[in-house]
This record gives sequence, structure tokens and C-alpha cells, in this order.
Amino acid sequence: MIAVLLILIPLLTGLAGFAINRERGSRNWAVLSSVITLAVMIYGVTMAQGKQLGVDTTWLPQLGSRFALNLDGMSKMLCLLTAVAFPLIFIATYKNTYTNPGKFYALMLLSQAGLMGVFMAVDCLVFYFFWELALIPVYFLCSIWGGEKRIAATFKFFIYTFAGSLLMLVGILYLYNLTPDHSFALSSFYKLKLSASQQNFGFWMFFIAFAIKMPIFPFHTWQPDTYEQSPTAVTMVLSGIMVKMGVFGVLRWLLPIFPDAVSKFSNVIIIFSIIGILYASLIAIKQDDLKRLIAYSSIAHLGLMSAAIFSQQRIGIEGVMVQMFNHGIVVIGLWIVADAIERQTGTRKFSQLGGLAQKAPGLAILLVLMAFANIALPLTNSFVGEFLMFNGLFRYNPWMAFTAGTSVILAAVYTLGMIQKVFYGSVNTATENSIEANSNIRWVLIILAIGIIILGVYPQPVINLTKDTVDHLITQIQL
Amino acid sequence: MNLIYLVPLFPLLGFLINGLFRKSLSKSLIGIIGSGAILASFIVSIILFNDVRTNGSMIVSYFNLLDIEAFKIPFAFQIDQLSVIFLLIITGIGFLIHVYSTAYMNDETNEHFGRYFSYLNLFVFSMLLLVMGANYVIMFIGWEGVGLCSYLLIGFWFKNNTYNYAAKKAFVMNRIGDLGFLLAVFWILAKLGTVNYGEVFASTVKFSASDITGITLLLFVGACGKSAQIPLYTWLPDAMAGPTPVSALIHAATMVTAGIYMIARSNVLYTMAPFTQTVVAIIGLATALFAATIALKQNDIKKVLAYSTVSQLGYMFLGLGAGAYTGAVFHVMTHAFFKALLFLGAGSVIHAMHHEQDIRNMGGLKKHLPITHISFLLACLAISGVPPFSGFFSKDEILAAAYLKNPIFYYLGAIGALMTAFYMFRLYALTFLGKFRGTEEQHHHLHESPSAMTIPLIVLAILSVVGGFIGIPEIFAPDAHMLEKFLHPIFAQSDSIKELHHLDRSTEWMMMGGVSVLIIVVIIIAWRKYSRTEQFVASHGIARTLENKWYVDELYDNVIVRPVTGLGSVLKNVVEKAGIDGAVNGVGRFVHYSSRQLRLLQSGQVGNYILFMVLSIVVLFLVFWNQPQIAHFLEKIF
Repeated sequence: MIAVLLILIPLLTGLAGFAINRERGSRNWAVLSSVITLAVMIYGVTMAQGKQLGVDTTWLPQLGSRFALNLDGMSKMLCLLTAVAFPLIFIATYKNTYTNPGKFYALMLLSQAGLMGVFMAVDCLVFYFFWELALIPVYFLCSIWGGEKRIAATFKFFIYTFAGSLLMLVGILYLYNLTPDHSFALSSFYKLKLSASQQNFGFWMFFIAFAIKMPIFPFHTWQPDTYEQSPTAVTMVLSGIMVKMGVFGVLRWLLPIFPDAVSKFSNVIIIFSIIGILYASLIAIKQDDLKRLIAYSSIAHLGLMSAAIFSQQRIGIEGVMVQMFNHGIVVIGLWIVADAIERQTGTRKFSQLGGLAQKAPGLAILLVLMAFANIALPLTNSFVGEFLMFNGLFRYNPWMAFTAGTSVILAAVYTLGMIQKVFYGSVNTATENSIEANSNIRWVLIILAIGIIILGVYPQPVINLTKDTVDHLITQIQL
Repeated sequence: MNLIYLVPLFPLLGFLINGLFRKSLSKSLIGIIGSGAILASFIVSIILFNDVRTNGSMIVSYFNLLDIEAFKIPFAFQIDQLSVIFLLIITGIGFLIHVYSTAYMNDETNEHFGRYFSYLNLFVFSMLLLVMGANYVIMFIGWEGVGLCSYLLIGFWFKNNTYNYAAKKAFVMNRIGDLGFLLAVFWILAKLGTVNYGEVFASTVKFSASDITGITLLLFVGACGKSAQIPLYTWLPDAMAGPTPVSALIHAATMVTAGIYMIARSNVLYTMAPFTQTVVAIIGLATALFAATIALKQNDIKKVLAYSTVSQLGYMFLGLGAGAYTGAVFHVMTHAFFKALLFLGAGSVIHAMHHEQDIRNMGGLKKHLPITHISFLLACLAISGVPPFSGFFSKDEILAAAYLKNPIFYYLGAIGALMTAFYMFRLYALTFLGKFRGTEEQHHHLHESPSAMTIPLIVLAILSVVGGFIGIPEIFAPDAHMLEKFLHPIFAQSDSIKELHHLDRSTEWMMMGGVSVLIIVVIIIAWRKYSRTEQFVASHGIARTLENKWYVDELYDNVIVRPVTGLGSVLKNVVEKAGIDGAVNGVGRFVHYSSRQLRLLQSGQVGNYILFMVLSIVVLFLVFWNQPQIAHFLEKIF
């Protein structure tokens, strides 16, 4: 029942949230809802050991689709990330004002429900349904509450992801028709014995959808615009959690269903991923906009995850599991700082910033910590993930690991450049009236910082949590 | 023994306390906590040293940093002869630098004072992790940790953007080396599935020859970054942007010695890779000479010292490359004494001169700063290798080993030693001898530093003078090389692999005597020349090239930095905008059209539309539940 609750709580509170018009009320409603979800999730991960967490009831028997949810390690980890992230996002952006706040928060909660469903679905039709439920609210969130160029950005985002979704739908129906018992169940898809050409076709249908979502070079151009134009709370959801839908999709659907096609195309995809890593890192070096810098940095990090997955090494996939969680924590922290800076100074342009460390030393220290987590310094959480992922890539091909590895140097260049341009140097007209960020922001950042250090020193909980998924996946690939 | 964890714990606590409560603690309390933490570690280190001497090495494992199917990486410390020597150097000299800092940084506000000491403690903590770790991953944690701390401390005065630039440069150059280190770790893991020193060195048979060469070369790339060797040395001279005690810490007790430690630790692998050893020796020698030439013409007191560090580190690598692991560690130790002394002495001078660093504006400080002067002179004698000061013994050991590797290495190394003597005494004479060349106001304020600064100078001066006696060579007294005996277990495996050569005694006497005499001659020349200098003329030709450090920074800027950032610009402005995005441009026109439609939608009751839409999805979802007819219909479509 836990699985159903994780969807129902945000779904129902979200729907009810449309009726709330008062600003304070709607915020508190969202915080309350997300905290309850988090409590249920924590109960699900810790207390309910060995109990049946999922659900499997009839939905469309004639179509062979069942309302089936399951929580394996990877699902638990990603649902936990979703459950942890939403209350933190709500609290950190608590002081932000929106027109029609009730609707804003309602849509956010609906999106959360969609995300939970995506991560738990073990029926392809259910998966597709939640995939869309997660995305559709975001279209509205961006286009209504976004920045100046929000409409253009939203449409780019919409076109890309919608195209991806359609291809995926084609892929799903294609596979569905191949199943002997006409079923949408994940297990039936796993049992398919596909010929090489069938694998190739299905592979690309799914892959493009996931590649757009992650995003993998050259499908990434929607991302910087969308991240820049969306309201920051939405950007946090997009980059902290939603990009993991793509990674998750690859691990849950692509690898096990099309193992031969994965082996066949892995080389090409890894090369594109590595190009993307370096490409995004180089662009990040030249960025003058804080949000776009974080966006490109995120593209580089996701590129590494993609390369690690397609290197098909156990150790690399373990790294991806760890990194999916950790990247979410770090990138949300970075967005919170970026938002705080923009609200203080009215700008995100490095050329106009400087000297903030004198005005907001607390925020400066927290950003420095987030920044060093972003470049995977040891004893921060990202190190473990990157260490394992590079390790996997090295086993696949040392030269590729070396080429991708140069990104750790480039990451240092742009991340330290960011710190320098925003916080160091002398104060100027834009920054002279800045003060320390509000206590909500600081507390959320402190919580994230503690998480970063703890998981950096002792990453084993995430590894143990996702071990069953990795075990299962490895046996499937090897078949 | 279960005291081991205390060694890094004290500085970590010091970092946390001073870092978190820096606003509420008084300066003297901050100083006591900061210095006391290191003193406590030093005391524990002495206990551990005695323990190792009687009981040998020990490994303590606390928990698994990583525990996956492919390998386990324990969070474990290894205390043996090599690491305990480094512990003593790091905490002992680190403590003196902390004490010195309490006076040197006293002008800072409470908050910055606390920040400074917390960074300093974190620096020592990282360095302790680096040398105490029982495997390459723990070493790597400390390895990157010292990189972080140097970044924070070099850019300590963050209002100044040149300092920030120097800090960033240090970190990025270190990262280049770190990538090499990391790839070596992956290589070891892929072959052996373990990174624990003991297991790696015991299973070298599983490596092919090319594996060992590749791994050792990659590790050496890491060492080049951290220990400032060609081509990754340019960050170290710029790193003097930080407060002067920090330079002392970076150059003497922590950071730059990490590369030496790593290769000494991996000596078994290096001994099995003769090609790498030759590369190490050549790079070391080239760095030693190259940096020495630059040091000849520098006018900033800290720059001269910085290049002398680069040069001395080159000697240590020459020693490592020649297989003289003990000699290299020995030189790390003596160098730590006199280089810490030189930097702290320079700090005392800068303090007295009100932040003047140009030696052309100094001179005649001898009578105003008596303690600083004497200790600085002793340090100069030690670094120049004048017998019987400490540098003589360690440098001699390295040069003797270089001779055995290749006599040319020896001759070039000896030339470098002469240059060392020359630029050190040029520095000494211009600073302390002759007439005062600064402003009247500076002259008026000249004063000896407070005792918190002079006492560390005195202690270090004593160590610089007598420190060499723990490594007395065979020809003076048989069996008197205490350090070699102590370190023997660490290098025993290497010794068993390589064939041992010995210099015959007459050659050794000749070499030692000849070089010593030449060094003293050079010192006298420099002394006479620069104690009388009063006018400085702009330099030309080669001297100008040296003054501009062979234009290496400019070279890197034009050959690496600009092309990379230029490529970034092209990707950002051309490829990203026109190329990839252009493919979506067709869609873009559609976007433009549709956006107009969306605006119409927006003018209405947006929220209701959304609510309607989402509700309809949900209703659809529920209606579908067990609706055979619709399902049947859909089935037909499919």
C-alpha cells in the first residue's frame, strides 16, 4: 500500500490545492503534503522491511494492462529522492511569491505524483501515463510562472519531450504487439525474445525519449533555456529529479529489454556522451549566466552517467545509482544558491556580480561546499559516484575514461570561476546592498550540506539500497 | 595501537570548532585551539614513532568506505616507518607554523582569524590523511583535500582578484595531476581489485611490464602536479599570494612533499619500472636546474624561495628516479626544516617592512632583526649544502645516487647546487647586508618580530643545523645512517629487486669535497657582490628572460588556456546557437506561431483550464478502470 500512498497523497492534495487561493495557505498545504509523503517514504524504506510495498490490481484486463507498482532498490532510492527533494524545495522557496499560488503548488504536487508513479510502475502503460502526468504540469508551470522568454522556452521543451514521448509510445505499442499474451507488464517485456532488427527498432524508439530527457548530446538544447526560464522551484524539480526519469528509463526499460542492441550501439552512445561532457564543460567555462552555467554543468554530469551506463560494467552502474541520488542533492543546493543570489541582486550575470562573500559569508561557505561537491571532491557525495562511474568506463576503455576524465579539470575551471566571479573580489553596485539569505534557505542548505558530507564519507546506504536492482540488471544483461 | 585515529582527529576538531564558532571565540582562544590541536597530534605522533620503532608497522581499519562486489576500500590507516616520519614532520613543523601565525595574523578581524586557523587545521588534517591512509584511495582523499585547502588559503584575502586567480590556478593545475593519479588507481583496481598498499605490492606479479610502467607514469603525473614539477610547476610560485605562514606550510610541511611521499610509498612499483625511473630522474633534474635559473633573477623575497622549493623538489625526484628513496625522504625532512625557516624568516622580514616583498628595497636588516638574520643565515647555509649543515647530508646522498645512475646527472645536479648557493646568498645579502634601501618610514618602523614568531625561528634554526646528523654517510662513520636503518623495512623489497652499486671511497671523497669547496667559493662571490649593490639596472637579454621566468606562463596561456576558452566561445556562440539549435529552428517558427495561440489561452482563466485538464486525465484514468467496452474498443484499434 505504500506505493499507492506515495502517489495518492500528492495527487489528492494537489487536486485539492487548486481550491486554495490564499498564499500562505497554499504554501503550507504544499509543505504539509510533501512532509507527509516523506514520512510515508521513510516508513517504507526503513520500517516496512519485508512487507509488500507494491500493488498489483486489474486496470484494463482486456488490454492486458494491470495497475502494477513495485518498489525495488532503485525505485526506493528515486522515490526517496523525490520525497526528500520536494519539501526542501518548498521550504527553500517559501518566501517566493507567485500569482495564483494555489495553482502553482497544486501543479507541483501533481508533478510529484507523476514522478513517484514513473519510478514505481512495472506496467508499461502505467509508466507512460505517469510519465505524462509528471511532464504536463511542468509545461504549465514554465509557461505561466516562468521568466521573460518562458513561452519560447516552454515550447522548445514541449516539442522535444513530446516528440520523445511519442516515439516511446510507438515503442511501447510495438513491444506490446510482440508479446504473446498481449500484455503491458514489464515482466512480459523482459521475457520477449527479440530478433536483432526488432531490438534495433525498439531500442531507438525508447532511447531517443530517454536521451532527450537526460539529456544526451545533441538532444540537450532544450535544457539550458528551460532551466533558465522556469521558476526556480520548477528548475530544481527538473534538474534534480526529472532528468533521472531518463536515466531510470534506460536502466529499467532499455538495458534489460534490448541487451543486444545496447551492446551494439554502446560505443556510439558513449562517444556521444563523452562529446557531450566536454562540449557542455567547455561551454560552461564561457557562460556569463549563473543559471546557464549550472545547466551546462548538469548536462556534463548526466553525460557521464550515460557513458557509465552504456559501458555495461557493474561498477559503473553502481556508480550511476549512487550518483542519481547525489546529483539531485547537489544540484538542488546549487539552484537554491543561484535563486538566493538572483533575488538579492536582481541579476545572474557574472559580469555584474562580485564580492558577495563580504555581504553574505554564510551563503558563500555553503556555495563553496556545494561547488566542491559539484566537482566531486573526495568526502563529498559526488566523489563516490564519479569514482565508480569512471572506474566502469575505464574497464570498458581506458582511453575513453581518460578523455571523459579531462572534464574533472574543466569542471574545476568553471566551478571555481563561478565562485570567484560571484563571491570574491570587491563589492559593486549590484551587490553592495545584499544581505545574508533568509533562514529558510540557510537551513535547507545546511541540511543538504550535511547530507553531502555524510553520504560522501559513508555512501554504503545508497549502494546497499540499490544492490538488488543492480544484481538483477546484471543477470539480465548477461543473458 | 588505538591512539592512531587521534592524530587526524585533533586537527579535524580544531577545524570544526574554529570554523563554526569563529565569531564568538576570542583570538587568543582561537590561536590556542588551532595550535593546540596540532601540538596534540604531534605528541601522539611521537608516541606512535616510539611504538613503530619497537613494534614495527601497524594497520588499523575502521569501516569500509566502499564495499561493492568488485572491491572493498577500507577506511584504514597504516602507521609504519615511512608514514611516521612524515607525521612528525607535518605535525611538528605544522605546530611551529601555527604558533608563528598567531602573531603574524594578529591584524585580522576575529572572524578572519578564525577562518584562517580553521583552514590551517583542515590543511594539516588532509595531509595527515594523505600519509596515514593504508591504500591509494585514502591517499587520494587527502591528496585532493590539500588541493582544496591550498585553494582556500592562497585565496585567503579574497577581495584581491589576482590572489583568487592564483588560488584557482593552483587548484586546476593540481587537478590535472589528480586525473593522472585517479587513472592509475583505476588501472590498479581493474588489475588487482584492491588498492591496499600491502596487497598491491605483494601481487606485483599480476602486472605486466607495461601495466607497471603505465601505472607508475600516471602516478608520477599526479606527483608532478602536487609537487610542482615540469610541466605543472607554475602554480607554486604564484601560490605565495597567500599569507606567508601558509607558504611555509605548503612548501615545507604539507602539500608539495606529497608527491615524494607517494613515490616513496610506491617504491616497489617504481623499482620494477626502470623506464619510469629514468623519466622521474630526468624531469626532476630538469626541474631542479630550470627553477634554479629562474630563482637567480627574482626580486620578490617569496618568489626566490618559491623557485628554490621547486628546484629542491626536483632534487628529491632525481633521488627517487635514481632509486635513492631514503635520500629523497631525508631531503624532504631537512628541506622541511630549512624551507619552513626561510619562509617564516621571510615573513618576519615582510612583517617588519610593512608588507614590502621586493628585496631591492631592503638591505641592512641585519642589525634591526638579529634573530631573524641569524636564523635566516643558518637556513641559507643549510639549503646551499655547506657541511655540516643538514642540507649537505641529504643533497650529497641524492647526488651520489645520481652519479651511480648516470655521471651526467651528477654533474648537472652539482651545477644546480652551485646555483642554489648563489641565489640564496644573493637573497641573503640583498636583504640583510649592505645599506637599507627602503623608505624612511619603513626604516623608522623596523623591528624584530614578537617572540611567538622568533621562537619557531630558533627551533627551526637548530633543526636546520643538526638535522643532517641522523643520516651520516658510510664514509664518515660506518653504520651511522640512522634514517636508513629506520626506513629499511619500507625499501627492503626494492633493495632486493635492484642490483646495488657502491661508489668507491676515493670517488665519493672527491665528489663531496669538490662540490663543497665550490659551493663555498660561490657563496663568497655572491656575498661580496650583493652586499655592496646599491643600484639596480634593468636587465637585458637572458637575464630579462630569467626575470620573466622563461615566459612559461605566457606560453601556457597562448598554447593551452586561450585555445581551450576560445573553443568554448565558439561552441557557445556558434555551434550551440546556429548548429544544433538551428535544427530546431524549423520547429522554432512553429513555436512562434503557437505561442500566439497560447497567449490567447493565457488571457482566460488559466487555472481553470489546468484544473480541467488534470481532472480529465484523472477521470479518464478512473473510467478506464474496468470498463470492458472501452477497453475492447481500444483493443481493436491496437
